[in-house]
Amino acid sequence: MAENVNIEVSPISRVEGHGDLVLDIKNRKIEKLQFRIPEAPRFFEAMLVGKKYDQPSHITSRICGICSVAHTFASIKATEDALKVKLNDLILKLRRIVNIGEYIQSNCLHVYFLAAPDFLGVGSVIPLIETHPDVVNIAINMKKIANDIVRITAGRAVHPITTIVGGFTKLPTEQDLLNIKNMLNSLYPDLEISLKVLKSLKLPKFERETEYISISNNYEYALYDGDLKSSDGWVIKPINYLDKIKEKVVEHSTGKHCWANRDSYMVGALSRVNNNYEMLSDRAKQYAEELGLKVPCYNTFMINIAQFIEIVHCVDDGIRLIDEILNEGLKEDKALVEVKPKAGRGVGIVEAPRGTLIHDYTYDKSGKITKVNLIIPTNMNYANVEKDLEAYIPSIIDKSEDEIRFHSEMLIRAYDPCISCSTHFLNVKLINK
Amino acid sequence: MSKPKVGVFGFAGCGGCQLEILNLEEQLVDFIKAVDIVNFTEAITEHSDTYEIALIEGSVSTNHDLEKLEHISKIAKIIIAVGACACTGGLNCLKNLYGLEKAKELVYGDKKDWIDAIETKPIDAYVKVDYYARGCPPTRSEIVDIVKSLIVGKKPEIPNYPVCIECKRLGNTCLYEYGLSCFGPVARAGCNARCPSSKSGCEACRGYIDQPNINAQKDLLSRYGLTVEDIMEGFNLYNACKNNVLKK
Repeated sequence: MAENVNIEVSPISRVEGHGDLVLDIKNRKIEKLQFRIPEAPRFFEAMLVGKKYDQPSHITSRICGICSVAHTFASIKATEDALKVKLNDLILKLRRIVNIGEYIQSNCLHVYFLAAPDFLGVGSVIPLIETHPDVVNIAINMKKIANDIVRITAGRAVHPITTIVGGFTKLPTEQDLLNIKNMLNSLYPDLEISLKVLKSLKLPKFERETEYISISNNYEYALYDGDLKSSDGWVIKPINYLDKIKEKVVEHSTGKHCWANRDSYMVGALSRVNNNYEMLSDRAKQYAEELGLKVPCYNTFMINIAQFIEIVHCVDDGIRLIDEILNEGLKEDKALVEVKPKAGRGVGIVEAPRGTLIHDYTYDKSGKITKVNLIIPTNMNYANVEKDLEAYIPSIIDKSEDEIRFHSEMLIRAYDPCISCSTHFLNVKLINK
Repeated sequence: MSKPKVGVFGFAGCGGCQLEILNLEEQLVDFIKAVDIVNFTEAITEHSDTYEIALIEGSVSTNHDLEKLEHISKIAKIIIAVGACACTGGLNCLKNLYGLEKAKELVYGDKKDWIDAIETKPIDAYVKVDYYARGCPPTRSEIVDIVKSLIVGKKPEIPNYPVCIECKRLGNTCLYEYGLSCFGPVARAGCNARCPSSKSGCEACRGYIDQPNINAQKDLLSRYGLTVEDIMEGFNLYNACKNNVLKK
């Protein structure tokens, strides 16, 4: 039992980037709890100033290797909003397929490679190769298919090439799309097996209701486009995001903290499922029911389940989109629309796998950037992670120091934090004074 | 080196190169069995201070990074720089061009003094790098080939010819014919001309070859009515930390 605990987890593992948790417990009370981000700041807002409109998406893609597609699309959408570019249906549908590839890749990486070892009681995916070869094989195959989807549609799995302002430099062929459809169809048996494995896992019961924010629209499960929506009841247009989303620099972190209606909010898979459950595919809803995910859900650990549900939805939706494109026909002359420089401000909001992502650019009349604001999902979640830990740790305070460390790290990991993104994160430190 | 202990480390970067190791897919299990991965924060909880090979992603951008890099260099027998940020400083160098103090002020305002940031540099600015897996990101096979070569005791082969050679071999139409600019003539190959093959100009993410034929690039630019200045900005995307060879 831990009367006095001083933990410093540095770095927190199996998350993208570098973060530390510092936790000081005296006489069973939390004296200090900080989720620190010592990851090197990268200053993307400065890098973009003066760049011509065709460059920001290639630059901001490099904010994050795991969600490079999300950054690419948030960037392109901000530019297209500013330059008043009108796109056609083919471009919009193909972009959604690229996005689905990244969703399956990123959610698969988190659920199977990064989070699953926690629930199976090991330190990484490596021992699972011996103990759970079936699950590892499913994960590797699913990730390969997801990466192939992005490679075929966007030129490369990490840092897409063909996706530019105005459309695509090169279109996939009909045969490419048929191949993707077959690959997606081949995933259903693996999803069934995964469902059985996930049903057998015991997730910690921890509930703390918070504000859940995501994008939302009335025609699809919103990942690529929509208005900003909160579980507290407000909905606003992307261009007005600053009316609700506030940001501040905090001393212990190179990643900024955000708040909206309350002192913290959550973005990511659980927020999306909470806000847009009805838009999920029938199969995804059925899987959610079988896994005990009822909305509204306030258990942070269920983010892992929500991510799996989204994989199921993406497989269904990818097949639907491909059928639609093939029916309408792939026409090379629809790959790109005209783009002209123009002065103005534009905002692009997408759902990156780990949460809402905002790019906000202002252009001068020659088509060069004068001002940039980027709000990253992991930053949006930091304050909520700290609030969750403050609420969760008292319930595990009777456990050993190692267990407190393990469970705290697991809670942080559930958010699928992406620290490279947020510094544009994780070591746990327990400290005994 | 029979089964070397390998550490994977990340400095300022996007994590994409480490992701490409996790993306090895069919090769992943074999790779994990052929080497003993003792450090890989993005993927495993365990860590160790005993390793022979260090795979390093990212550029050095804070004093803390520098201390950590020096620590790694004292332990590792072989250092492999992985990706553009580690090899050339990559995109992170754009902040140097903007000006460090100005950048801190722009992003963190009056709280800028809380931030530990130095001018970005590639890792060979501080420590000896034995091999370079270039690119943004490098190809997965290249990372594996370098490590495989070291296990069997041969020198890894790193291409030192321009992207144009790979592009021509694939039978692509030159992008200048479409009115696009491209660094193919001077940029280092090894990527199988990924960007030009997708009808997107090469941005020289692998840096330039050792003795680039600058005159050929200049001739090409002038034939299509472009000047060095026109495209320099594109070249700066990945090479702002390195000297501007095209201006020689």
